[in-house]
Amino acid sequence: MNKLLAWVDARFPLTAHWTAHLSEYYAPKNFNFWYFFGSLAMLVLVIQVVSGIFLTMHYKPDAELAFASVEYIMRDVEWGWLIRYIHSTGASAFFIVVYLHMFRGLMYGSYRGPRELIWIFGVLIFLVLMGEAFFGYLLPWGQMSFWGAQVIVNLFATVPFIGEELSILIRGDFVVSDATLNRFFAFHVIAFPLVLIGLVTVHILALHEVGSNNPDGVEIKKLKDEKGVPLDGIPFHPYYSVKDILGAVVFLIAFSAIVFFAPEMGGYFIEANNFIPADPLKTPEHIAPVWYFTPYYAVLRAVPPVLGSQFPGVAAMGLAVLIFFALPWLDKAKVKSIRYRGATYKWFLAAFVVSFIGLGWLGILPATPLYTWIARVLSVVYFAFFLLMPWYTDSSRVGKPNAKWFIVALVVPAIGVVLNAAQAKPLPYVTELLFFVHLACFVLMPMYLKGDQTKPEPQRVTDK
Amino acid sequence: MKKVSFAKGLLQALLMLPLTAFASGAAIHLDRAPVNHQDNESLQRGAAVFVNYCLSCHSAGSMRYSRMTDIGLTEPQIKENLLYAAEKPGSTMAIAMRTKEAKAWFGATPPDLSVITRSRGADWVYTYLRGFYRDDSRPTGWNNTVFDKVGMPHVLHDLQGQMVPVYKTETDHEGKTHQLIERLELAQPGKMTLAEYDGLVADLVNYMNWMGEPAKGERLNIGIAVLLFLGIFFVIAFYLKKEFWKDVH
Repeated sequence: MNKLLAWVDARFPLTAHWTAHLSEYYAPKNFNFWYFFGSLAMLVLVIQVVSGIFLTMHYKPDAELAFASVEYIMRDVEWGWLIRYIHSTGASAFFIVVYLHMFRGLMYGSYRGPRELIWIFGVLIFLVLMGEAFFGYLLPWGQMSFWGAQVIVNLFATVPFIGEELSILIRGDFVVSDATLNRFFAFHVIAFPLVLIGLVTVHILALHEVGSNNPDGVEIKKLKDEKGVPLDGIPFHPYYSVKDILGAVVFLIAFSAIVFFAPEMGGYFIEANNFIPADPLKTPEHIAPVWYFTPYYAVLRAVPPVLGSQFPGVAAMGLAVLIFFALPWLDKAKVKSIRYRGATYKWFLAAFVVSFIGLGWLGILPATPLYTWIARVLSVVYFAFFLLMPWYTDSSRVGKPNAKWFIVALVVPAIGVVLNAAQAKPLPYVTELLFFVHLACFVLMPMYLKGDQTKPEPQRVTDK
Repeated sequence: MKKVSFAKGLLQALLMLPLTAFASGAAIHLDRAPVNHQDNESLQRGAAVFVNYCLSCHSAGSMRYSRMTDIGLTEPQIKENLLYAAEKPGSTMAIAMRTKEAKAWFGATPPDLSVITRSRGADWVYTYLRGFYRDDSRPTGWNNTVFDKVGMPHVLHDLQGQMVPVYKTETDHEGKTHQLIERLELAQPGKMTLAEYDGLVADLVNYMNWMGEPAKGERLNIGIAVLLFLGIFFVIAFYLKKEFWKDVH
């Protein structure tokens, strides 16, 4: 065995990679619950690739055959129903895991230097994942597949000057059709997965270059023993490999519970309308994207058209995703982890989470004037979290003593917007006026609010 | 360039659409369908009704006759009693009627019913099949409480008989009065009592619900085994982790 290993090592750096990435890759010993989601995202990626390969063996990317071929998989293919439910549940699971993974990054400042590139690769993974999910959703060729794709592709048509040509290029036709299905299939099964796996690889390579962050946000590489091993580090294998197995089992219990007992998840993972074959002549009453796109869909609908063009909404939606790229440079705090940040940051993060979940909920619902106004208020909060970060995280900013009244001036108009819009006959212009007061408060915030007062970081990690 | 602007118009229409949908989406009360995927006798009775009454206009193109062995029928039984529209038990429940003819007769193509309970829901189908009433303003002479101006005639009226609506008057918040259907009343009895008819529809809907996902029973059974396995795996993984982490301080 040793001879074989020596033979391989002379030709391929097997032992070198094993030690560099597993047995002597030192990870902080204080990872908590939130640190499961990175390895779980890898697990879901493998689940999706493997189940996807088997689906591809039986699926027919043809507008005439696609819908029936999915039902063929559900009935006549051995274990086809299981493979299909694993893949459909895996799509939603991927986003749940990735959203929690990203939230971990926000809480503990994992995007901060020297991990900017890890974060950038991660946001690219998020973008590619959205594309992958979007292309895949067309393939069952149900009503929601078809009309969802129609709506999203038409968003590209709103881009000034090149929009129309761009949308035709994406569809390969003037409407979503067989040509669209064929190219989406190609993107979904080969182009995007290749890019995705490549990005995951560089994401991990960059991580293993600089080392993992941890809930305390301190660099474990600063303090090492005489052998050069970080004092607060433990080898990834076997410590985190056995811990991640435990995480994977808990995840698989939740995953299997959905696959076997609620694969439609009340219509959120598989929508009822998608059991109707695509019909280009019959628009469904209510088109909502799958739940993981709804926060961004709500931002899109919150922005009113300007000069008859929906492009500002589309641009806002795009910006809402792309703004994650800027995070490493927006955050000016001296500490990384939420554990050593002050109340201001915590309030902003809490408001961001509320706005994200709130927008996600509103994106599922049909847009009424009231819901649109709530979505507008929440969109302002969503963007304020990012755009005001350079000011509110800078602890050297002194702020004004009357900042308390400023917060009241920010919250009260927001409540006023909702209350007035909820009336059967809202007072004219009051909603608009209060909304602009709310928006103006955010814009003026750097002048009033004191920068977040952080606590000193410890030298070493504080728990196991 | 006409088609290009169509895309823009469509987008605008779509962005407006949820608004209108919400305005018109009055909630219709649906009765709970008494479905039970393990009740083979009910499923078999439902299969017979489905083949006799539905399968002349509606197809179930994803469903093979032979799958009914899952609900306790043997292949000879299927061949003898249920195989009118096809030759082999392995065939799907296709129909001879052409889409164009169907559209000319009913104004709309009768939809394939393979997964109708998964898009509409069993409760909807159960209420719909019991919601037909006489309406002479309709070309077929029939209308429906859950599907207004439906193209489908009341195929089962010789069993249920003829129902007529009883109206009530309601005043909305703008002070306008509306005639709403409060309930249906039997005007001319059919071959069955209303209770017997409800039972027949229950069997039929049970069958259609089963046909929407024939693997459901298997799914639930295997699911329990998988969760039990993962439960044991969890205990092992938990103690494995504990053992390895003993020396981390």
